[in-house]
Amino acid sequence: MSAWKKHEVFEKNSFVLLVGILVAVSIGGLVEIAPLFYLKSTIEKTEGMRPYTPLELAGRDIYIREGCYLCHSQMVRPMRDELERYGHYSLAAESMYDHPFQWGSKRTGPDLARVGGKYSDDWHVEHLIDPRSLVPASIMPGYPFLAENRLETRDIKASLSVNSFIGVPYTDAQIENAVSDVLGQAMPDSDAAYDFEERWPTATVRDFDGNPREVTEMDALVAYLQVLGTMVDFSIYDDAANSR
Amino acid sequence: MNETYSAFAGFAQTWGLIYFMIMFGIVLAYVMWPKNRKKFDDAAQIPFRED
Amino acid sequence: MVVPSLAPCMDSNNWGAEMAQKKTGLVSLEEGGFAIFLVLLAFVCIIIAGKTFDQVMAFHAGLGALFAAVSVFMIFKNYFDDGGEPIPAEINGKPNYNIGPIKFGAVAAMFWGVAGFLVGLIIALQLAWPALNFDLPWTNFGRLRPLHTSAVIFAFGGNVLLATSMYVVQRTCRVRMPGKILPWFVILGYNAFIVIAGTGYLLGATQSKEYAEPEWYADLWLTVVWVLYLLLFLGTLWKRKEPHIYVANWFYLAFIVTIALLHVTNNLTIPVSIYSTKSYIVWAGVQDAMVQWWYGHNAVGFFLTAGFLAIMYYFIPKRAERPVYSYRLSIVHFWALIFIYIWAGPHHLHYTALPQWASTLGATFSIILWMPSWGGMINGLMTLSGAWDKLRTDPVLRMMVVSVAFYGMSTFEGPLMSLRSVNSLSHYTDWTIGHVHSGALGWVGYISFGALYCLIPWLWNKKSLYSLKLVNWHFWLSTLGIVLYITAMWVSGIMQGLMWRAYDNLGFLEYSFVETVEAMHPFYIIRALGGALFVLGSLIMAYNLWMTVRHGEAEEADTTPAGSLAPAE
Repeated sequence: MSAWKKHEVFEKNSFVLLVGILVAVSIGGLVEIAPLFYLKSTIEKTEGMRPYTPLELAGRDIYIREGCYLCHSQMVRPMRDELERYGHYSLAAESMYDHPFQWGSKRTGPDLARVGGKYSDDWHVEHLIDPRSLVPASIMPGYPFLAENRLETRDIKASLSVNSFIGVPYTDAQIENAVSDVLGQAMPDSDAAYDFEERWPTATVRDFDGNPREVTEMDALVAYLQVLGTMVDFSIYDDAANSR
Repeated sequence: MNETYSAFAGFAQTWGLIYFMIMFGIVLAYVMWPKNRKKFDDAAQIPFRED
Repeated sequence: MVVPSLAPCMDSNNWGAEMAQKKTGLVSLEEGGFAIFLVLLAFVCIIIAGKTFDQVMAFHAGLGALFAAVSVFMIFKNYFDDGGEPIPAEINGKPNYNIGPIKFGAVAAMFWGVAGFLVGLIIALQLAWPALNFDLPWTNFGRLRPLHTSAVIFAFGGNVLLATSMYVVQRTCRVRMPGKILPWFVILGYNAFIVIAGTGYLLGATQSKEYAEPEWYADLWLTVVWVLYLLLFLGTLWKRKEPHIYVANWFYLAFIVTIALLHVTNNLTIPVSIYSTKSYIVWAGVQDAMVQWWYGHNAVGFFLTAGFLAIMYYFIPKRAERPVYSYRLSIVHFWALIFIYIWAGPHHLHYTALPQWASTLGATFSIILWMPSWGGMINGLMTLSGAWDKLRTDPVLRMMVVSVAFYGMSTFEGPLMSLRSVNSLSHYTDWTIGHVHSGALGWVGYISFGALYCLIPWLWNKKSLYSLKLVNWHFWLSTLGIVLYITAMWVSGIMQGLMWRAYDNLGFLEYSFVETVEAMHPFYIIRALGGALFVLGSLIMAYNLWMTVRHGEAEEADTTPAGSLAPAE
């Protein structure tokens, strides 16, 4: 009898009902989320992952701002057709510096997890300005304004330091020189470019948008697209050792 | 697969399952208990009892 | 103010009345507290607006300052108008229900509903004819889609939930909800959040987490509003005259509490500076994905399911004039649903870099979820047993019953799609979009329409709706729209999934990606047509409700006329 009396407590006492609900809904979340932080197998061992350069991070912010993730996934699944169409399946390690993740949930357009290096910078610039000039059946919107907008670098240093605060391993020098590195990566032959290469030995310096006069949002977005999926060195990656 | 995971999975697949069954059993017994019938019939009328 | 935290923890019946008696001409603690808070808020907003270089932040801070200042003005205007007189909790021994904020919520729901459906139609047309993006930042698909999803889920659905929950909790507790400013603060504060979030998307302020796109300051504001909403709801339960808490309130409570938990966890961001709209979430990569879909799926489970099940458990019995089929089943339904739903999130991440144990666990619970979902559906449908003839004569009831049928259909389809083998085909395709819309248009949309068709005449004290014939038109037009929508998405989704994995005789992939896009074109047109019919139906509804309020025949000899109370608010 007493057990049934106890349930009456839920019905007649809003506070206990509240606690009952909280307990019921907390268990599932805890069991599924908490282990991901301490199970070592969650993130694979890889060579080559580095944080985004300031220019790439700015490009990533533009990717987010324009809602690219709504039509493009960044998560290649381990199925034959996807491996052939896009490349090696995506690893958890490849998005370990992504705040937030950009795996997406819909492929109205193709997956972009490994788009880096597949097309030339010129192709990307033209495609972003007018997608149907290159792919007549494309239904992607055009983004001509990106090539006209000068890239805003006011907050880039703060962006790097917030990322560093939440666990992305930026060095102090990388944070300190963020603004100069934005220019350096997009302006080859400049002094800033030389310094940039010191701090970012594995990143690429190019005039991504083909406009040498200024660093535009197009530079940033193309720099981001061109680095996607290119960091991990798959020639020495051991699939079997990381199999889950 | 590491040991933490196997231990965790083993725990979930035995005790977790038993725990679920017991919880479900308790709720089911409670609502089916004959003495409670009148109370529930009464509660079901609440929407019609307003002024 | 009726400071809810000072109230006794549990159910005391008299604190509202006690507080009310103390007020003699002075500004109450509640009025003063909100006024001070809003003045401070206005100052902070003005400082931010003045110092920021971020145009979006300047706009939003300016908007915030304006909203806060107008609210302070309204608090004092109201105070001087009624001389600080407390509002009686009862009139002639009957509860003096507070319906002003509910009216606002109902009208807001209708407005945002039509707006949100319309944006949905626009983006559907953009997918069929990309020139409609106009290649401008503010009109691109990427910025309009969050506007659509947030407008229909949070603006339309949210206002429906706020309005109905305030109505149902007062009626089933037979008591006026506490506070004079508090209910208005909740409903207006929530709509201010909608405005900030929506304009933010158009201007490019988004954190890119699906269904949680608003940036950090909007999230912070929503947290304040939501905690006060929880206190308002609990405060009403504490004052109640009915010993038993009716099951609809359980579902509302689970919805409010769980959404608070989900919202806070999934929006733990660090702003770049308080003068910037930009923030970065503390979670990274795979953990962020898990947190996001734990949030995302439970937004469906607790916002779009639990909340609207509460509507089902109150409005269907009321409209059918018979108690719920089995009250016992409703209790089992409740505990099973909230306990199981929370586990289902990871089925959104099959075959991704999320460890397989997690997604398998999610899928397992998704399958178990069949039971409570169908238990609830049966409970809703069987409430009609013995009164099935009403489906022929009452299109409002028919709308709600069909909504429960759609609930059954999409909760059947959902677990199916969570199976790894099915998911490998359906994921990333339009099948998911179709599934979402059978739940959103069919279940959430129809139960909301039904509730609003009931609520508007009740709130404005009208005998009946302006025209049942128009309800009928609404019903058939939108049903046809939904059918066109979901069948088009089934075909296009499955077709595209199959085309992606098709091989030719030589062992090469048969289709390039863009060929699969081209194949979608006719289905995108059919989908847009379905959406257009749904929009048309909602316009008919808006007209019908407008005419009901304007020209409906008044209910006679009611002892608590709405008109005499509304101005006091």
